[in-house]
Amino acid sequence: MLTKEQAGDLFDRIKRLSTADEIEAFFSGGGFALTRFANNTIHQNVAEENATVSVRTVFGGRTARASTNKFDDESLRQVVQASESLAKVQHPDPDLLPMPDARAAGGTAEAAVPTQAVPSRFFAQTASITPQLRAEGVKKIVGVADRYKLTTAGVFSSAESFEGIFNSRGLTAWHTQTLAEVSVTMLAEDSSGWQKVNSPDVENLDPLALAETAAKKAVDSARPRELPAGKYTVIFEPAAVLDIVGFMFWDYSGMAILDQRSFLSGRIGTRVFGEYITIWDDVDHPLQTGSPFDGEGVRREHVALVENGVVKRVVYARATAERMKRSEYRDKAGLIEATGHGFLLPNEMGEMPQNIVFAPAGDSRTVDQMISATERGLLVTRLWYIREVDPYEKILTGMTRDGTFLVENGRVQCGVRNFRFNESLIHMLSNVEAMSEPVRSCGEESFDMVVPAMKVQEFPFTEVTKF
Amino acid sequence: MKHVANWGLNAAAGRGATYADVRIVAQRSRALTTKNGKVGSASDAESVGMSVRVVADGAWGFAASAEFGRGAVETTAARAVEIAKASARVRQQDVSLAAEKPAIAEWTTPHRIDPFTVPVAQNIELLLKIDAELRSVAGITLAETNLNFNREEQWFVSSEGADVHQTKLSTGAGYAAYAFAGNEIQKRSYPNSYGGQWQNKGYELIEELKLVENARRIAEEAVALHHADQCPEGTFDIILDSSQLALQIHESVGHPIELDRVLGMEANFAGTSFLTLEKLRTLRYGSDLVNVVADARQEHGPGLGTFGYDDEGVPAQCTPIITNGLFTGYLSSRETAHTIGETRSGGTLRAEGWNRLPMIRMTNVSLQAGEKPLSLEQLIAATDHGILMQTNRSWSIDDKRYNFQFGCEIGWEIKGGKRVRMLKNPSYSGITTEFWNALDAICSRDEWTLWGTPNCGKGQPQQVMGTGHGAAPSRFRGIKVGSAYKSA
Repeated sequence: MLTKEQAGDLFDRIKRLSTADEIEAFFSGGGFALTRFANNTIHQNVAEENATVSVRTVFGGRTARASTNKFDDESLRQVVQASESLAKVQHPDPDLLPMPDARAAGGTAEAAVPTQAVPSRFFAQTASITPQLRAEGVKKIVGVADRYKLTTAGVFSSAESFEGIFNSRGLTAWHTQTLAEVSVTMLAEDSSGWQKVNSPDVENLDPLALAETAAKKAVDSARPRELPAGKYTVIFEPAAVLDIVGFMFWDYSGMAILDQRSFLSGRIGTRVFGEYITIWDDVDHPLQTGSPFDGEGVRREHVALVENGVVKRVVYARATAERMKRSEYRDKAGLIEATGHGFLLPNEMGEMPQNIVFAPAGDSRTVDQMISATERGLLVTRLWYIREVDPYEKILTGMTRDGTFLVENGRVQCGVRNFRFNESLIHMLSNVEAMSEPVRSCGEESFDMVVPAMKVQEFPFTEVTKF
Repeated sequence: MKHVANWGLNAAAGRGATYADVRIVAQRSRALTTKNGKVGSASDAESVGMSVRVVADGAWGFAASAEFGRGAVETTAARAVEIAKASARVRQQDVSLAAEKPAIAEWTTPHRIDPFTVPVAQNIELLLKIDAELRSVAGITLAETNLNFNREEQWFVSSEGADVHQTKLSTGAGYAAYAFAGNEIQKRSYPNSYGGQWQNKGYELIEELKLVENARRIAEEAVALHHADQCPEGTFDIILDSSQLALQIHESVGHPIELDRVLGMEANFAGTSFLTLEKLRTLRYGSDLVNVVADARQEHGPGLGTFGYDDEGVPAQCTPIITNGLFTGYLSSRETAHTIGETRSGGTLRAEGWNRLPMIRMTNVSLQAGEKPLSLEQLIAATDHGILMQTNRSWSIDDKRYNFQFGCEIGWEIKGGKRVRMLKNPSYSGITTEFWNALDAICSRDEWTLWGTPNCGKGQPQQVMGTGHGAAPSRFRGIKVGSAYKSA
């Protein structure tokens, strides 16, 4: 895997090849391996190594980017030339700021941005997982499927990755991380169950426990009943909460406010959700992953996005913050300052929070306690194929999947056929009756977050499917 | 490049592989966008690498690297074999591949103008001109445009003797105008939403799309939607424009016919399919008018699913998927063809890049045009009461591909054969086979467009692939409309 020192040497070569006013190089890559199984068989099994450098040049307010995964002299010359050629034909951008130096990025010139998040997110035991070890993990999962007479499908993956940024003003930022992931689906004749977990430390994964839970869901939801569409009290497991809430965080962006494409336009500083809802962006949270700096190398700050249902502020890249201070929306935008959440420049989306952490409620309930306190409702394992129906009211549509249950008289009674929902996130997060302790969660519809399970009143399902 | 591939093949064979193929791929892309009068992003990217796919001990292994030195290639091949042997620890049966005559061929996307030769300044000028047109309409609060060019050169060499050198080009362009007012954001896009129109051809596509000419109309429609009535809820006859119908085909025909989904290989992520094997040649998928093919051949047109050979060296083919309403075919590969009684792959295996495993992907899954002359205006004139819906805004379908719901950017109520009013927030929903059986009219070939879907996600790790879908405006009887806004 490319080291910070090797990247630094490459950046020195890149700088020497350029005539730009300013230059920046972003390095990313690593090793990734994934063992995929279905029908109780490993059917796909892959590994890759790669490293990419993306070069941004600036000439008099004009900027552009070019990238390559070849590091020989000729390829580096070509990538610098491509970036410069693209930059020179741009129109000057009056909003483009000089690249940040180490101080502006949140560190000293020597230390620059911290080279490791705290706590460390690189674990040697994850980086050294072999195909044989992944196969052994899969074998355990298949063993559970065999015991329950089920069919299983899923993945066991491992990765070690790096990302780093260097610029001609002396900024240096580097981050390494590992990540292991297990996802399990158990299939019965007319039902299914699912579980997924990931962590930088493979020791935190328990494929056997995941398989047991997924299998139990498949067995317990067999012969699903068809219930009518309508409004139900719904207990969403954390993965289902993650799936649906993830669709609003693109809107917690200064650029989205400036573009008038955010559902928070005109709503910052007002109560948008119920009092239960407090949300931070916190890259340093012990259950979070990812690098502690943004696309310009600026340190990601802890940002309180929502407090007790009131939207307090959004995140900003450096240039977006400066634009917002001059804009007609500045008095309705909350606290305006660069927060270290920008994407690689140039881009049209600005920034977004990517380390979401929901605060625990004062009176957290476990999912079992929520079920016990439910006279009639539904328990939802995960959601699927969520899309935005209305961008300002934040109406989303999607399906339940892999374990949807009827709860009556405080107990899970049986599986039910999957539903389609059409619901506003504003309504949903205003109707939360109870929450669990937040946990690190991952799914397929959104990025990983620290979220609780939620019990939501009056959640509208509009259609029922055939299974 | 063949000598590099041979290093990989020989190393794999030496380690015990019973089959191996090597793909060496060089990809280049250019992406230009503007937003509200400024360039939003301008980037060039290249990615070059090789992969080795093997069968050893009866199981699959795959490894990829950006390094081309002999030692690195041999190490990558050895790693693929090691991975295959690990796969063999958890298997029910050995991998077997349908026979295929090894292809030795060269193929290049037919094109008139290499898009990378067009000056970037000229491209930016075009996008800013469109942007200015969009924003010249009062009420437009956000204007976005995009141009995208991709070039992929691939060498495919297999232990069976295949040797295919293939170069594919694709071009895409589009724009969107947003109008925010009150408590509503309305949007119109051209020529399609989510990136516009994409095809496997050169810069000539840009010249054909009449981008500037349509900009003002699109912006005016976005603003006008604020004054339009809400689309009613109920059961209506609907007419879908060809771009919306292309996405309907993609979601409710293209994905369910992927044989890997049917066989459970995608159960953990993309899902399975209601099209279980006993439905082949027995299921009435749609009305008698419905004829769908999966056609990767150049004669079908310059779709994103057009190629000479797939990524395991099988020549492009045309497979009848729905024939006069009857379900007649799946998308298959060399590994899966035997499960449907075929002795040969349908030629649909494709990979996103050098570092991804090829998998079954849609080629050009297209609804054939109606045989009798019928324009959209004639179809509207022949509709007593219905709703015309244009340009996708949202799409969702369950993981077996039964229940779907689509939202469109704009609707028009039709009464007595005439468009009588604009409708905002139109949506419709249904069950796949019920929907296709409700089709009672398809416009003819002159209304048929081969649309590109550049962003189809599938697989773990996820791969994004371009697919093609030809369609002409069509009418469906008695469809559920408006439930997307039921909770509002």
